[in-house]
Amino acid sequence: MTTDSQKNVWRSIGSTFNNVVSSISNFIIDRVDVVFAALQRVVGLRGMPYIFVLPNLLIFGIFILFPMLLNFVYAFTSGTEFFPDKRPWTGTTNFEQLLDCTNYLDPNTCREDLFWRAIFNTATYVIFQVGLMVIISLVTALLLNRKIKARGFFRSVFFYPVLLSPIVVALIWKWILQENGLINGIITSLGYDKIPFMVDSTWAQFWVIVISVWAFMGFYTLILLAGLQAIPSDLYEAADIDGANAWQAFYGITLPLLIPSLIVVLMLSLIRAVQIFDVVFAFTGGGPGTATLYIVQYIYSKGFSSPSKLFGLAASASILMAGVLVVLTMVQLLFRREED
Amino acid sequence: MSAIWEFLTRTRGKNKLHITDMITYLYMGLSVIILFGPVLWLVLSSFKTSAEVVKFPPRLLPYRQETVDVEGYEEPLPLYNVTMEDGSVVQLAQVRRIGLEAQLIDPSNPEEIIKVHIDDREPVERVVFSLDNYIEGIESFNFARYLRNSVVVTIAATILTLIVNSMAAFALAKYKFPGRTAIFLIMIGTLMIPLAVVLVPVFLVITNIGWNNNLLGVIVPGAATPTGVILLRQYMITIPDELIDAARIDGASEWRIYTQVIIPLSRPALAVLAIFSVMWRWNDFLWPLIVLSRNEMFTLQVGLNSFQGELNVQWHLILAMTVLTLLPITIVFAFLQRNITTGIATTGMK
Repeated sequence: MTTDSQKNVWRSIGSTFNNVVSSISNFIIDRVDVVFAALQRVVGLRGMPYIFVLPNLLIFGIFILFPMLLNFVYAFTSGTEFFPDKRPWTGTTNFEQLLDCTNYLDPNTCREDLFWRAIFNTATYVIFQVGLMVIISLVTALLLNRKIKARGFFRSVFFYPVLLSPIVVALIWKWILQENGLINGIITSLGYDKIPFMVDSTWAQFWVIVISVWAFMGFYTLILLAGLQAIPSDLYEAADIDGANAWQAFYGITLPLLIPSLIVVLMLSLIRAVQIFDVVFAFTGGGPGTATLYIVQYIYSKGFSSPSKLFGLAASASILMAGVLVVLTMVQLLFRREED
Repeated sequence: MSAIWEFLTRTRGKNKLHITDMITYLYMGLSVIILFGPVLWLVLSSFKTSAEVVKFPPRLLPYRQETVDVEGYEEPLPLYNVTMEDGSVVQLAQVRRIGLEAQLIDPSNPEEIIKVHIDDREPVERVVFSLDNYIEGIESFNFARYLRNSVVVTIAATILTLIVNSMAAFALAKYKFPGRTAIFLIMIGTLMIPLAVVLVPVFLVITNIGWNNNLLGVIVPGAATPTGVILLRQYMITIPDELIDAARIDGASEWRIYTQVIIPLSRPALAVLAIFSVMWRWNDFLWPLIVLSRNEMFTLQVGLNSFQGELNVQWHLILAMTVLTLLPITIVFAFLQRNITTGIATTGMK
């Protein structure tokens, strides 16, 4: 009885809320309609689509498109002045400074050694992180695709960290890995010495990779799982009738049909890995030393946090990075086209 | 080897629990520990006292030492289980500690001071989930201010994102006009350019508008997201044109068609975009980091990050504030888990 009346109370609260919301929104819609109807009289039906895209294009143009063009102005000018009209035009000197190396394999011989260190760090990170990411999310997706109990629960377990903010992820792991943290507690209880994870370069790089896989793998698992579920099950039944074993079914059906999803996962994780910034920024701050300094943080620190703000250098480095990203995206689009 | 392959490839399980099923459950169980464990550890740690937080080796639950009020002493005294010389264990309150010697008293007989070696006493503890860290953190950390800023940014930006993107998507989906393809192509083209690439010029634009240290500078620029436009456009294309034509014949203005035909029919896509927008904005870090430099304008993420660098690592406060920061997203996830996961699986975006 009580639950019924409670339900009714909730229902009436819900419908009152809906009524209030819809009458408010109707009121607003009616007021705005006066303006839009007047506009429609002026520009006519053919002009209306432009009115509809205008707010979006304004924001998009001012905050995305225009800055992209402006970036080139910064890249080809030098000095520490912020406003472009006060910056002397110096042509390609910024790019020359970035690319000036006697030996490209040794950052110490480069004029901007930090830039090259960041590139090498990013490359190492990308190779290991993307490799690990693809393998782990593939295994997880294959297992999640089996007929197991509580599948929905397990799926959301993998996905939960994806929603956490980079700062929260960084702080959780910083807390676990600190000198007196959980991991060191477990290590000492097993009779070993504490490991200074955040002070040792190799360990710091290792944990950055582990953490980013931990944080993002749910996303890629989900894409692969969707790919697996799109494979028609009668293919497996047919293979079974033909006497194929599980190994042959995997090689003959699952893998080839999953290739498109795998490529999406590979390319997306590649593009995202190149842009890694906020988790690491809050986790190690690029340290110890320059061990986890990646390319975006290099750009950020050149333009915003170093004492002399070298906007030109930051802008040209970002253009070089954008070039790499454009190439990666083109490759992805090419693969997608082949699929279609 | 073949067993592993069988278990990796089979999609339909048999009735009895096969070895491969067991491996699957083992993997899933381990994953639950690895993926939820760190968050659980954070939550449990956030209830620990500042003394307990630096203790090594760390303990799972938040313990707190029992204290007792004794007449003649202003502060409550910590309680210890003391092993006496005759081997009996008594509960005593510690008055002070000098080197290796602890001076304790019996709370029922405060006159007599008992001196023991510090190794002969054990603190009396019990598990307490105290909110002290949360209260202290909120007071010292300006948390209420950051929370307000984050809520304002998230709600305002999500509303703006929905309106601006659905209007553009409507135009791109339901009208044929010169420039339509160009607009669409430019939007797809900029999808791949991350904010990091345009940091410097974006900062210039914001400075010129005068939006530094203004929440508008965080809300407006990200509102026109190409992802949102594309998502909504793909959905709106499926709405039959006949509905629009019928409304036009009835004399409805284009604005009415947009608000009363298109929007109600696009609700599922709008819901997906709304969830994404809330997630993006609540977790956003880089953009607020460059736009906001005054402490009282910080969002939670920027505030939390500055908090961990600024103070002399006051972990007990940082932990509590981190829990508060991840709480809203966790609640949203708990309720909308299915919508989010299917939304991502179908659109392939985050």
